[in-house]
Amino acid sequence: MEQGEPTPDDENTPRIPSPRAAGDDLAGGGRGGSGTFVPGPREGNRFTAPEPEPHASMDPEPHSVPEPDPEPQAAPEPEATVHEPAPPEAHADPPSHTVLKSLLGAWALAACSAEETDAVEAHLTECAPCADEALRLRDAVGLLHTERSLDLDPMLRSRVLENCLGRRPARIPVPVWAAPYDAETARLDALLNDFGDAEWHAPVRLKWFEQERRVTRRTTVAGVIGHLMAVDALVATALGLDEPVPMDPEAASAGPTARTEALWRAGQYPLTRTVREPWREQSHTLIRTVSFAGRGVAELAVPYGEFALPLQDAMLDRAFECWIHAGDIADAVDYPYEPPSGAHLHRMIDLAARVLPTTLAGRRRAGLAAPARGLVTAGSPGRSLRLEIEGVGGGDWHIPLDSPAAVASPEHEVAHVALDGVEFCRLAAGHVPPQDAAVGQLGDREAIRDVLFAAASLSRL
Amino acid sequence: MQQRLARGEAAALGELYDRFASLVHSLAHRVLSDDDAADQITREVFGYVWENPDAYDPKLGSMRSWVAKLTQRQAVQRLRQSEASTYAENGGCSTEELEQKVRRASAAARADYIVTSMPAPLRAALELAYFQRRDYRQAAADLSITED
Repeated sequence: MEQGEPTPDDENTPRIPSPRAAGDDLAGGGRGGSGTFVPGPREGNRFTAPEPEPHASMDPEPHSVPEPDPEPQAAPEPEATVHEPAPPEAHADPPSHTVLKSLLGAWALAACSAEETDAVEAHLTECAPCADEALRLRDAVGLLHTERSLDLDPMLRSRVLENCLGRRPARIPVPVWAAPYDAETARLDALLNDFGDAEWHAPVRLKWFEQERRVTRRTTVAGVIGHLMAVDALVATALGLDEPVPMDPEAASAGPTARTEALWRAGQYPLTRTVREPWREQSHTLIRTVSFAGRGVAELAVPYGEFALPLQDAMLDRAFECWIHAGDIADAVDYPYEPPSGAHLHRMIDLAARVLPTTLAGRRRAGLAAPARGLVTAGSPGRSLRLEIEGVGGGDWHIPLDSPAAVASPEHEVAHVALDGVEFCRLAAGHVPPQDAAVGQLGDREAIRDVLFAAASLSRL
Repeated sequence: MQQRLARGEAAALGELYDRFASLVHSLAHRVLSDDDAADQITREVFGYVWENPDAYDPKLGSMRSWVAKLTQRQAVQRLRQSEASTYAENGGCSTEELEQKVRRASAAARADYIVTSMPAPLRAALELAYFQRRDYRQAAADLSITED
């Protein structure tokens, strides 16, 4: 009902007190409300936004403010703040009613300078219309006082999606082996949501196990996201997708570490919070691409430099790295971070258990593990270690010790280790040295040592 | 996005969630002041969108504002229901009080929506100015936005 605010000239015309609380304005579609209670659209005109809004491109819809309000209401002289003399002149003479009225929005937000605040408050004692308006603005501002973005329960996502897919099954589902990557990238993205510049530049110490000892490397939160993006691009390019950032072809084909180093070195790519968007876009594109690619794609070889993994394992590896590095980031900014869901954790552990025999054989050739105790012909049962993983996502795995081609079997078990699933993953990520891992052990100590060291050696930058 | 949802692409559903879950959850929470209830509304809203992607008409506004409206409607409906059952059990508040409660909750959710829908530079200015208690000229200067 508001037909324009009283101007200084009609200051004395009778004014019907507003029948509704300021909040109702807002409920009624922002009319009156959105223009007054925040500097919003009105004072916004004073600002030229110099850079494109970083999140805008996440949202293809060309709008930001709902229900555009055609009336520049509540601002009879929207330009007043701009062209009016600056405050230094203002305290020579008391500012005019017009100037003071234009400051009410900022005053209600407690955003005026001290002199302006004094001038506005002095004015309010003598100008009834402004006092009214001020009161309503203050009420509306009260609504802004909210804990924004309460942390969403990260597990809510899978519950919501599951419920949706129960109501209407997907015609193009996300492959089960890509689900952990989908979940972990979403969790990390949610963690990044509230990060300001300080968090993006917080130092992070990456840890892994190399040449039989733990090594560390300093980077920042943005550097970690860049690392994840550069290595995810291994999978993306194997699927025929573009590199998110142009990369020297030699480094690009040389595996995770070389790719990461190349990205970190690249001067044209300063790692700031702007890395979040290409990282997230690439992860969404990957999930979409593997969903459309059909069953055969699961076995597509993804080259990691010195070795290759079938796509379904590469996606698990990326999910694992995403979780581990999200944990590094969370540690760096002192946030809690939970392990993946049991089903996803189980798949990650299974991947590590499956690559252990080959890793062990490689270490044996390099003289880093004890020699085989006997020759085993391919396909026949040989000495085995039972890996018992406790907790959610756990289970029993039997690791053949003398040859990757041998069949592990409970009958030939010579050693048994038991450890928690998360502890095992931390070991495989090089976050716990093998000699310090909290492991229950029984049997051949040499075999146990070799397997634990082989697990740690799975880690890399 | 709408076409991808209509086509039954689960990856699009995930992206939809990633884009709007915090909006839906926080609006629902603002109306209902309860985590479990907000979780439930989030489940219902995404379930509805996934089952009825054609219900969205791009001519009438952005998907974001459509999702916000669905949430608001669903949450207010739930607030009425739970208040009505409280009333049936032990008296509770009158219809008039209930309506006032609903209006207040809607207004608060609406305010949240407006703030979260502001272009980022404006929102940043608001936050610097208000939540961090800076004066608006200083806030503008910090954001390198000029007054003209």
